[in-house]
Amino acid sequence: MLDVDLSMVNWARAQFALTAMYHWIFVPLTLGLSFLCAFFESIYVRTGNKEWKSITKFWMTLFGINFAIGVATGIILEFEFGTNWSNYSWIVGDIFGAPLAIEGIFAFFLEATFFAVMFFGWNRVSKNFHLFSTWMVAVGSNLSAVWILVANGWMQNPVGMVFNPETARFEMQNFFEVIFNPVAVSKFTHTSSSGFLFACLFILTISCWYLIKERHIEMAKKSIVVASVFGLLSSAYVGFTGDESAYEVAQKQPMKLAAIEGLYQGEKNAPIVAAGILNMDKQPGDNQDPFLVKVEIPYLLSLLANRSFNSFVPGVDDLVYGNKEEGIEGVASKITKGKQALNDLAQFKQARKEKNKEKAEQSLTRFKTNQDYMGYGYLNKPEDAVPSIAIPYYAFHIMVALGTFFPILFIAFLFFSLKGSLTQTKWLLPIGLISSLLGLFAQQSGWVVAEVGRQPWAINGLLPVHVATTNLAARNVQITFFMFLGLFTLLLIAEIKIMLKQISIGPEEGK
Amino acid sequence: MKLNFLNRNINLKAASHSVYTFYKEGFKGMVLGKKLWKIILIKLFVMFVILKLFFFPNYLNTNFQTDEEKGNYVLEQITRNTSLNKTK
Repeated sequence: MLDVDLSMVNWARAQFALTAMYHWIFVPLTLGLSFLCAFFESIYVRTGNKEWKSITKFWMTLFGINFAIGVATGIILEFEFGTNWSNYSWIVGDIFGAPLAIEGIFAFFLEATFFAVMFFGWNRVSKNFHLFSTWMVAVGSNLSAVWILVANGWMQNPVGMVFNPETARFEMQNFFEVIFNPVAVSKFTHTSSSGFLFACLFILTISCWYLIKERHIEMAKKSIVVASVFGLLSSAYVGFTGDESAYEVAQKQPMKLAAIEGLYQGEKNAPIVAAGILNMDKQPGDNQDPFLVKVEIPYLLSLLANRSFNSFVPGVDDLVYGNKEEGIEGVASKITKGKQALNDLAQFKQARKEKNKEKAEQSLTRFKTNQDYMGYGYLNKPEDAVPSIAIPYYAFHIMVALGTFFPILFIAFLFFSLKGSLTQTKWLLPIGLISSLLGLFAQQSGWVVAEVGRQPWAINGLLPVHVATTNLAARNVQITFFMFLGLFTLLLIAEIKIMLKQISIGPEEGK
Repeated sequence: MKLNFLNRNINLKAASHSVYTFYKEGFKGMVLGKKLWKIILIKLFVMFVILKLFFFPNYLNTNFQTDEEKGNYVLEQITRNTSLNKTK
């Protein structure tokens, strides 16, 4: 392993996690609420009913507050790349730097144009052009999430690029392979659809509050119907894209799948763990039971992972120590190849320095034989390739449990709304009231699964996290970590305060 | 100046003026928006002027001039613990 300051690596990871999790409070709401505003306004334009206009304007105001507080919080992640993750940002910067910049400029112009019409244009542009602008904001907001998720998808499944030892950078070979990377596609669809779902829960929460307080009852009921229908459709879409995402994880990151299922010994006809408590003493390769208690659904993991009931799903032990019968190479052999690749890379560097072309070419040829295992060369022992099991396992099961609960909640709201007895269904309103907190929890859990489950890799199999960082002292990162914590807390308080005030004012009815 | 677009004559001067007026009146008529803009501007100031300038320098851009130097440095970093370098 490199002689890096591991406490610096951990602080840099903590800071990145803090920033990303904070950023992800605002993003899903922007993605979903923008579409909901477009739905509300479409109903207004179609019916001409002014009540729908005031409903649209109310949710648009909350959308605006969320957007204003959240805007540019993602840029902090880019600051962190340059300062704390300079090796990583150099190695991949050639690929993602330009698209991310273009995306920023595109989003800025789209938003500056249509956002302005959306907020300033009421009664000043035609109804149809205003509606068109609202739809464009929704489409634009969602499109502006594409490249960052393509970048994340590439880190989980690096395709379409090749490492150039001359420049120490990955260079793009096939643009379409990168953008249509199956992991990136499922990441974008799953992430954006979960944002739609979260925004529907946000509307349920605020509408339930009005119903409990017996204020703006008609507006709340109408909002709940639209949110429940869209929420139900989004839930189905989230389920579909989640299944696709899990399939891709099984194919491209089997270790992550083993972690989120707490699966140590691979098997055919593998059952899925519906619920269970992990044995925290369990280590790879020992004979302990990974679970203290568990409830399983037979065959389902094999079906989910390989679309076949009797297929083999590898466990942690198969992936770490290898399984000849199933043709799985162990990590020890990959470490040997990885170390060879790094040695050849170092020799190439040395030969280039000495201007010895022949030696450089020979080293390069040898490097290319093992370059796919390069990242394993930084590991000391096979067990280093195993991520934390407990964190992704529990995060995944929380996410799935909540993801199963939400459609039931939307059905209940829709049923009582259509029955006309929603205001009398007192037990349901408090559940709706807390639903957006549950939604936020599910959102964050999803990212924990994605990011903790892929450890130790920054780029899967090629660059471990501890090699991706800058060689800095930990105290530098500690200082900025706490600065961010303070800044984010202040901004969050500001958002909640402004939003609560606006919710308390409520919609300007009849306008 | 006039522009022909889809068989319609568009007066560019008048169009720019109406866009300008649209934004001007929009900003003037803001209520909650004024508070939100203040937050955005303060946030951008803190992020770009204080954080970026004093706490988040781009490590490679600060320490190296050319792409070649940056590439060599990163190559050095990612190979510095190989057995080749250890035996030196």
